[in-house]
Amino acid sequence: MRIEEKFKELKERKEKALIGFVTAGYPSAEDTKEIANALIKGGIDILELGLPFSDPIADGVTIQRASESSLRAGMNPDLYFEVAARIKGAEKVCLTYYNLVLQRGLEEFVKDCESAGIKGLIVPDLPVEESKPLLKICEGYETDLIFLVAPTTTEPRMAKILDAASGFIYVVSLLGVTGAREKLSDSIRPHIRRIKEMELSMDRPVPLAVGFGISKPEHVRAVCEVADGAIVGSAFIKIIEEGLRSEDDMLRKIEEFARSLKKETKGA
Amino acid sequence: MLSKPDEQGKYGIYGGKFAPEVLMSALEELEEAFNSFSHDKSFKEELELLLRTYAGRPTSLYFAKNLSEAFGARIYLKREDLVHGGAHKLNNTLGQCLLAKHMGKRRIIAETGAGQHGVATAMAAAVLELECEVYMGTEDVERQKLNVFRMKLLGARVNPVDSGSKTLKDAINESMRDWVTNVENTYYLIGSVVGPHPYPLMVREFQRVIGKETKEQILNAEGRLPDTIIACVGGGSNAMGIFYDFLEDDEVELIGVEAAGKGLESGEHGASICAGTKGVLHGMYSKLLQDRHGQIKQSYSFAPGLDYPGVGPELAYLAESGRVKMVSATDEETLSAFEILSMSEGIIPALESAHAIHYAIEEAKRKAKERRNHLIVVNLSGRGDKDIFLVEKVLGDKCNVH
Repeated sequence: MRIEEKFKELKERKEKALIGFVTAGYPSAEDTKEIANALIKGGIDILELGLPFSDPIADGVTIQRASESSLRAGMNPDLYFEVAARIKGAEKVCLTYYNLVLQRGLEEFVKDCESAGIKGLIVPDLPVEESKPLLKICEGYETDLIFLVAPTTTEPRMAKILDAASGFIYVVSLLGVTGAREKLSDSIRPHIRRIKEMELSMDRPVPLAVGFGISKPEHVRAVCEVADGAIVGSAFIKIIEEGLRSEDDMLRKIEEFARSLKKETKGA
Repeated sequence: MLSKPDEQGKYGIYGGKFAPEVLMSALEELEEAFNSFSHDKSFKEELELLLRTYAGRPTSLYFAKNLSEAFGARIYLKREDLVHGGAHKLNNTLGQCLLAKHMGKRRIIAETGAGQHGVATAMAAAVLELECEVYMGTEDVERQKLNVFRMKLLGARVNPVDSGSKTLKDAINESMRDWVTNVENTYYLIGSVVGPHPYPLMVREFQRVIGKETKEQILNAEGRLPDTIIACVGGGSNAMGIFYDFLEDDEVELIGVEAAGKGLESGEHGASICAGTKGVLHGMYSKLLQDRHGQIKQSYSFAPGLDYPGVGPELAYLAESGRVKMVSATDEETLSAFEILSMSEGIIPALESAHAIHYAIEEAKRKAKERRNHLIVVNLSGRGDKDIFLVEKVLGDKCNVH
């Protein structure tokens, strides 16, 4: 199912999307499949699987550490696509940095995404101005190129982004990097309203999913009141991190946490 | 040929803006501010006054008589080591701090490897009354204690970075993260001709003063342009600074010297153009040190200022086009040039600049055989006080000190 169809299906069920992010290969490639299954059992609708890069400038310390650990454990794009292909039960999107896409070759990378059942590609250091070559290739495959919109995105830029967007828009909730935060940013509502107005005026109704700093059920609830989905990443990575230090049943915790988040996306 | 970035900030295929969306409007704002202020008469006068009275410009172009006699060419040194702070770095930080001030940004952040750019930023921020925070890898904090202390004395806060390889590239990552978070009140002051557009353009423009002065000085001294200009290349700011105003003078050969570290074949070096491949890092498309998957490799050089796995996009472009010739020098070769210059001219060069000195000596020897009065200018981009402890450790008993 294409990503936008997934959002449509959820809408018919009066649900919003819960998107869960984990770094592939953290703590190991084998664990990733188990962790993904726990997330899926817990009810996430879309799995965002990170392909780690050595220099992740858009990520906060939690995902940075996970990336470093994953790379040390031997994660690479070949292994990533193998792992991703084995995960079933949710729609999948890939998050990575542009250099990894470039070095594999744009077409090769997108083709591998499609073969592994990855329906979307998020590249946080590829702004719309530089996206044309990759966008053109994505159009030939069943993989959407997913763009980010930040609180600082100006209207002319937003128009360019909406024009190129498909799948969903990754709405960056705050000025900053990824990472769990105590409080949800106050500016989310006006930020979403601004994007929606632009969507209306351009007649480009792409679903909006909000990420960065979303780490609690009440954050998900608040986000789902105004947007089409919530993205949670660092909070899951933290559970994995803690699980490595204790004897706790990490997989059960992940599943339960995902379930507690998913509940908040229903009936909103 | 003059190279000018296109609308996307590209030099040929190199450059561009590969930055997180949060920063894109800030980069646009910066570009606009730079374009308007760099043509503003009062801005230019203010900067010119600072460069003259605070930084100590113009720096001299010194005829290195002993070195010339020893190796058979006419060798001049552009004395950027005499700039306040001990390196060319201040040319850029004064320019950018002034720009930040005019843009109403009171908080300056910067990355630093060896600490030279950090110190130069702290100086410029102090004199222009701006707040300053510097990111520095914990590895470098340990190696460069003196510069850490200098920065603190100058009123800057030094934030140690403990991620990744704990060196310059990680300090850049962390600065970008800070900028993403505080973009509304913060100015990110990049120290070399790297990063997303407009930084490579802006830093080159602020460093161009080196080449402009050199041109006038060499014409006064010799009545002609040099045959060869040599500069070391890490990110490439001192090289672009001295090269740029000679780009259209086809008779002047421009040579950039990268760090070959323990030898190019050892894999432990900082030679992004000589031995790297194309890719995207820190917001730019350029030549990088990376593995086949695109993960960035750790660079190596005993000269911390050349220890970076990327290079400025304009330089990558000029090298590819053939206008700039790129070569490299190993630690060992450099060390010997470091000693030679110290003894023959009484000038202790920065280890970075000693790479260029090494190549100048080699070039002089080659040309001497052709019996020509070969005229060489070397950009002596910094002084070597910061390096003496490291050199002492490496040389140990071998050191020819009486």
